[in-house]
Amino acid sequence: MRFYEYEARRIVELAGIPVTKYGFCTSAEQARAAAEEIGGPVVVKSQVLSGGRMKAGGVKFADTPEEAAAHAEAILQLEINDQMPRGVLVDPKAEVKQEYYASVVWDGTAKRPLMLFSDMGGIDIEEVAETHPDHVGRGHLTNLFPIPDFEAKQTIAATGVSGSQLNRATPILARLARLFREYDMTLAEINPLAELTDGSFVALDAHMEMENEAVGRQKQLLRTQLEIAEEDTRETYEPSDFERHVAAIDAADHRGVIQGKDHGFTGNLGLVIGAGGGSLTLTDAVRSQGGKPANYSEIGGNPSVAKACGLAKEVLEKDGVEKIAVMMSIVSNTRVDIVARGVIKACLELGKDPGETIAIFRIPGAWEDEGFKILERYGVEYCDRSVSLWEAAGRAVAKVQGAAG
Amino acid sequence: MAEQLNKVFIDVAVDEPAAGDAALAAKLEEVCPVNIFKGTPSGVEIVEENLDECVLCRLCIEAAPAGTVHVKKLYDGSELT
Repeated sequence: MRFYEYEARRIVELAGIPVTKYGFCTSAEQARAAAEEIGGPVVVKSQVLSGGRMKAGGVKFADTPEEAAAHAEAILQLEINDQMPRGVLVDPKAEVKQEYYASVVWDGTAKRPLMLFSDMGGIDIEEVAETHPDHVGRGHLTNLFPIPDFEAKQTIAATGVSGSQLNRATPILARLARLFREYDMTLAEINPLAELTDGSFVALDAHMEMENEAVGRQKQLLRTQLEIAEEDTRETYEPSDFERHVAAIDAADHRGVIQGKDHGFTGNLGLVIGAGGGSLTLTDAVRSQGGKPANYSEIGGNPSVAKACGLAKEVLEKDGVEKIAVMMSIVSNTRVDIVARGVIKACLELGKDPGETIAIFRIPGAWEDEGFKILERYGVEYCDRSVSLWEAAGRAVAKVQGAAG
Repeated sequence: MAEQLNKVFIDVAVDEPAAGDAALAAKLEEVCPVNIFKGTPSGVEIVEENLDECVLCRLCIEAAPAGTVHVKKLYDGSELT
């Protein structure tokens, strides 16, 4: 789950990290009042869940409250990357002595949080890591023990920062690491972390992303402290009918799990896929072999026949779908025969011949012998684990391309 | 909206007089994990829309007097014993 900048600022503030006085405003009049309260020059920033705000004209500087109001008026009507702003953030134009970078990210390879710090803030950390690797400090954390300040200090000191700067930046990085863990973030970033002319450190901009699966247990933060409504899912696009229908089918039956996405998919091969990372692998395999997926999906957790049928029907009813490929890596919990029943039933209920419609059925695992009996009865081409995911995907692509040709 | 098909893969039958036994009907309703049986005062009813959800667990066969509940796999013609 992504957060707007003003929310990220609030999260940082809740963690005890100093921020400058700021105002989130939804009208020009509020922006004027916020600028007056801040006093002095301010910057007015569009609140969209998208990058490229500066380039799109969504960030403007103002010397007076009147100018801030005028900028807010314009920015509030400015669409950036197909998004209308939630509001504007009015920030003081800080007197910065030096900009730093501080973040905590989830390192999927090490399976641990990773602290990053650089004394070259204000620009992309990827760029700094490439051009000035000695200016990036890294430090892995464990999730088993409390996070001590000294680990943050080591990470910062690795960049050559010392003295009072080191002492002032250390608690900020340590608190960032603690909020990362406490709030189940996948990214907690402050960029720039500014050293002001008076020597104090403040977070000038922050970027936070929370693990989607944690939303349910972070209600105190989300609903109470940030006042984010339950229906505000922060999707970057409106769900399609396909996506909404699949979600409704999933919600209506507790057995197993299905998910379906079709944003950006316009192909002719429907995918009913899943199991242990199988969906990503199979979508890539289909694409790599010249196939055009009509959707992305995930099916697993031993769904009912009705659920498997529901997903397959939704996929089959998508515009342009000629055939479906039913593929998973080896399943242990999900039953092959149950999924076979579901996808065949979907074909039958839509008046389609399963043998013609299902390009390939490649789900090896629990109850596969029973599943294969069902598939044979309906003339569906199937394969066991001796056929790789790659090969199965290739067969499906060849079949649908043959049908199209 | 496409018509929902029932009894495509599985059929279940309960012989008389066991089918009219309210106590057995309640037991079958209790043991079936996918709600194929509904117990009524006059005996057992088969919930047709759930037939294809049968997971072939044999709990109904074991709960009933021997040979009175029949679970047929329509895709290969065999019957659970």
